[in-house]
Amino acid sequence: MAWRDSRRNRSRLLLFLSSIILGIAALVATFSFGYNLRHDINDQARTLVGADLVIEDNRQPGPEMQHLLDSLGNQRSRERTFASMIYFIKNQGTRLVQVRALEGSYPYYGSLETTPAQAGLEFRSGRQALVDKTLMLQYGARVGDSIKIGELSFAISGILNKAPGRNEISTTAAPPVYIPLRYLAQTGLMQKGSRIGYRYYYKYDSATDIQKLVSAIGPRLEKAGMEYETVESRKKNTSRAFDDFTQFLTLISFIALLLGCVGVASAIHIYIREKISSIAILRCLGVKSSQTFSIYLIQVTGIGLAGSILGAFLGTAIQQALPVVLKDFLPFQPTTAISWLSIAQGIVLGLIITVLFALIPLISIRNVSPLNTLRLSFEPTRRMRDPLPWLLYAMILFFIAAFSRWQMHSWPKALFFSGSMLVTFLILVMVARLLMWLAHRFFPSSWNYLWRQGFANLYRPNNQTIVLIITIGLGAAFIGTLYSVQNMLIRRVSMSASAGQPNMLLFDIQPAQEDSLVSLTKQYGLPVIQQVPIVTMRIEDINGISAEKALKDSADSIPNRAFLSELRVTYRDSLLGTEKIVAGRFETSVKSPGDTPYISLEERYAARIHVKTGDRIRFNVQGMPVTTVIGSLRKVDWGRVQPNFRVVFPKGVLETAPQFYVLITHVPTSEASARFQQAVVRRYPNISIIDLGLILSVLDDILDKISFVIRFMAGFSICTGLVVLIASVLISRYQRIQESVLLRTLGASRKQILIITGLEFFFLGALGAGTGILLSLAGSWALAKYSFEGSFSPQWTALLLLFLAISLLTILIGLFNSREILRKPPLEILRREV
Amino acid sequence: MDTILNIRNLSKTYSSAGRTLTVLSHINFSVEAGSTVAVVGPSGSGKTTLLGLSAGLDRSTTGSIELNHITLNELSEDERAKVRNLYVGFIFQNFQLLPTLTALENVMVPLELRAEKNIRNRSRELLDRVGLGDRLHHYPAQLSGGEQQRVSLARAFSNNPKILFADEPTGNLDSETSEKVIKLLFDLNEEAGTTLIIVTHNTELAAGTRRIIRLKGGSIIADERKS
Repeated sequence: MAWRDSRRNRSRLLLFLSSIILGIAALVATFSFGYNLRHDINDQARTLVGADLVIEDNRQPGPEMQHLLDSLGNQRSRERTFASMIYFIKNQGTRLVQVRALEGSYPYYGSLETTPAQAGLEFRSGRQALVDKTLMLQYGARVGDSIKIGELSFAISGILNKAPGRNEISTTAAPPVYIPLRYLAQTGLMQKGSRIGYRYYYKYDSATDIQKLVSAIGPRLEKAGMEYETVESRKKNTSRAFDDFTQFLTLISFIALLLGCVGVASAIHIYIREKISSIAILRCLGVKSSQTFSIYLIQVTGIGLAGSILGAFLGTAIQQALPVVLKDFLPFQPTTAISWLSIAQGIVLGLIITVLFALIPLISIRNVSPLNTLRLSFEPTRRMRDPLPWLLYAMILFFIAAFSRWQMHSWPKALFFSGSMLVTFLILVMVARLLMWLAHRFFPSSWNYLWRQGFANLYRPNNQTIVLIITIGLGAAFIGTLYSVQNMLIRRVSMSASAGQPNMLLFDIQPAQEDSLVSLTKQYGLPVIQQVPIVTMRIEDINGISAEKALKDSADSIPNRAFLSELRVTYRDSLLGTEKIVAGRFETSVKSPGDTPYISLEERYAARIHVKTGDRIRFNVQGMPVTTVIGSLRKVDWGRVQPNFRVVFPKGVLETAPQFYVLITHVPTSEASARFQQAVVRRYPNISIIDLGLILSVLDDILDKISFVIRFMAGFSICTGLVVLIASVLISRYQRIQESVLLRTLGASRKQILIITGLEFFFLGALGAGTGILLSLAGSWALAKYSFEGSFSPQWTALLLLFLAISLLTILIGLFNSREILRKPPLEILRREV
Repeated sequence: MDTILNIRNLSKTYSSAGRTLTVLSHINFSVEAGSTVAVVGPSGSGKTTLLGLSAGLDRSTTGSIELNHITLNELSEDERAKVRNLYVGFIFQNFQLLPTLTALENVMVPLELRAEKNIRNRSRELLDRVGLGDRLHHYPAQLSGGEQQRVSLARAFSNNPKILFADEPTGNLDSETSEKVIKLLFDLNEEAGTTLIIVTHNTELAAGTRRIIRLKGGSIIADERKS
């Protein structure tokens, strides 16, 4: 019966299901991507690490540790990494890079991918360098050209395309340049204060049990503040990082699916209303209400299954595109094998959620009385008293929460996500209704008839206006918010570039260079805004608890990393404009030499190492113990281009300690910046420079890459909105033809009909885009106020463009799907069946 | 008397699945301005097609139709739409009101399509005349069948048509309501001096006209005039 009843409606039923196809496709694509990625990580973890064991430290190991390090592995390599300026001799360009000075045959698994290919091995044989491909492009350099690092020049022997475990994003800020380790000393860059990373790579015979080895030497390494990584630990860490990433993509896909389901529910609602007379006839013929309900439930299950299957296979195809979209974030080329598990999950998920959503309109079938055969109008029952719809709403919410729990592995997070989804939907509905009400209430009655008719069409019986506004609106909200956030971040950094504000930072300045650098800066007509001394130190103990004790006794709750990291500390007698004391009192200088200094900690850092004002911290200042008391906590605006510090000492304590300097200046133009950078790098090759222009372009680049991924995924929501729109236009085809033919009969020209239809879709698109933009404004404002703690200034031009683009797209899709209506001759009005 | 509708040698054929179906064949008649005509005949006799062609809703296969001395065959669809808007009124069996517009707005549509100004009062008067002065702002769904057909009547007269085509105007109404609507139709027609052409099965309605054209198998089999 269900099959026979659907006979005349199969194409319409097919339309309903199209709304869920994209959501399922997005989900299956991300599921498959996730599974393949996990598989790839397991397969390729060795080439991600490049060795069996990697040990890392940020200081030169002592003799005892050095002995241990030299005793490990069957093969070993050493690497030192640090940030430095390089100088392209041919075109005189300068750029901050990450220098990697390598010795040995690392990588043991995978390779340094270079052009020419053999350069990855051969650069080690002479004074040669491998330079990152983006740098080569940026500075128009060629293999054979020379670069200068510190005091020494190197010939570029190859273009570095890829190094083990690195992705595009991680190398954007400071692109890597490889040189042989034996030339490092001659560059003159190994000076006090230089922040150098020490890395040791080991390869073992296949018989060695690395895990057993690591558990034996691990505690010693940890005690010495060293970090280590094995293939297994990399597997875990990389999997965790990408689990978060795929989880995020899955949730965006899930939103697209939910939107599609709202579209399905709305379409089924209209379908059932049109079927009331058939249902009533069946009831007259003695069919039980449960049987009529089953007929339509079977139909819905059928379309849910068909939609899910189609979506799953479309998703498998889309999965092929994901690696292209995500290539900048991946440290390797992922495989795109068909994942039958993902397909099965997608189909089951799609089926359950379609049926759940469709049940809401379907349950009204139970209340169709045989009397409806005699009465045309269908009186909806008072649904507030019917417990079943409420039970269904609860089931849907539970299903969303359970799905989120499955993805996020945490009930609080899942409940937060589901709650946010519910609130967003409710807000969308409210804003959509409010906008419609306002437009209806204040629509000028003096406007041309065509405009009024176009608007009135939104209220046609069985309209899906609200559903369409919601689906289009959510997509617009996604894009609008994304754009605003991206812009806010960029603006925060650009703001610093305003007149007089610091926009260039020179660091690693040795004490002997300080005065002459200041004169060079002035010579170039640039102001010296700040000269900041920096002293490196470590925490020895906190309130008498040392690292060893904290390790042994977890009850002390001082995290071990508090003792491990090297701190860069400054001393001064005043607060900066970007700092505010939130607890205690800021001490400007010690009263007399030998007094215990009262230091100031950044509030979040204090929270991380579990200390408060009045606590005592003993520092190891390069061999010299210094006991301090926390005198104050500061709130710091980290968004400014200036060195900010977690710990600030008062004056009168660290002046004699070994230190280096940071100088902050303002360069008016990019040309002045380039000239000054060239002069500094030539005279002081050890000094590194960060200029705001670079930060801005790096930030812009990274945000562009991230937003491309989000836009790609948000595209599913928007496309679902458009599919719901197409389905809705086609579902209302009969009514539209009737209206259009009537107007033609009454004398409307083809152009007038076209304008009315176009305006209807314009209003629909405009209300949807307007709803989304309003939401995105509210969201961006909240983000600006609470997350970025900055002022909010909307990007009106961009939002206007978004508004116009969505409205135009809606008009085009609407008109394209209405073209048949425009072609119908008016004689149709005299026929019963159109 | 002036001729408002002149039909000569009119034929209409449709092609479907390789077969040609002749719906109307060699129809000839003319209608004088101000007269009332009923077109009657069994189902499938071609009544509705004849009405549609006469009103310029479609093109004939052969022959010519002159409406208010304008030859419709030579006009494009948009030009015919303009003729309908200026000279023709319509009443349909299933009322054909726009569901998104109120009763008053529905009556205003033909005039608004011509971009005429100050039409609200005239539309209101017409609705008053059909007894719906208190239902101006009701939507079609809020009106009964009889009320909807009265709105349709008011709309048909709103553009002061020279000729009014009615297709089974009482087909969807009960007998009591039908009587009221028929009376209103004839009264309004007389007041406006409009030519009225009705396609109907309703003998009572047909009896109210001055002339009855009988169709069968796509041809006129009788053309009866009352003295």
